[in-house]
Amino acid sequence: MADVYDALAAPARRAILDVLADRDDQTLFEIVARLMAEHDLGLTRQAVSQHLAVLEDAGLVSARRRGRSKLHTLDTGPLREIARRWPDKDSP
Amino acid sequence: MIRIHLTSVFVDDQEKAHDFYTRVLGFETRTDIPLGDGNRWLTVGAPGDDAVQLLLEPSAHPAVGPFRDALVADGIPATQFAVDDLRAEHERLVGLGVEFTMPPTDMGPVSIAVLDDTCGNLIQLAQMAG
Repeated sequence: MADVYDALAAPARRAILDVLADRDDQTLFEIVARLMAEHDLGLTRQAVSQHLAVLEDAGLVSARRRGRSKLHTLDTGPLREIARRWPDKDSP
Repeated sequence: MIRIHLTSVFVDDQEKAHDFYTRVLGFETRTDIPLGDGNRWLTVGAPGDDAVQLLLEPSAHPAVGPFRDALVADGIPATQFAVDDLRAEHERLVGLGVEFTMPPTDMGPVSIAVLDDTCGNLIQLAQMAG
């Protein structure tokens, strides 16, 4: 299991989470295209694929197959753990 | 001058592909010649466009399967077609039961969407901005 903090440490991986926050069930092709269009990040498919593997391992991204395509979805579960550990002081 | 007059996609079933590319996508049959073994030289083209034909090529070669499976798994289109109004085409095709792996998405100078041709390929539709 990859450490969630290590997974979040890379700017490219945070950008991937930004892209996935917009819409569930994205293919690698869509993520690469959106990184370029929305974040000006010209990453190769191989690089994005490796980043996705780290994010999946950390539980931040879940992947499933629909038909013959692999689809990726943001999972904010590990982020809730962070919020529980260091609760917002201003919250009631 | 050398011109592009033919491009191709590998299809699992030529009859099924012919139906999808004509009835659903809206192309017209250009050439349909029997080649033996049940295979056909089968091409389609856009109405009013005689310059470029699309060959619906049998996918029987053993290299085609693994190649296409890898592309489809990552959502990568086999080829790209141009449309004037991407959102209208998307709506029309969804109404006909077509599945999209990527809905219409603005990418700066171009808007794109990716559909499943039901014959083993993903196809990108693109509308140039402006």
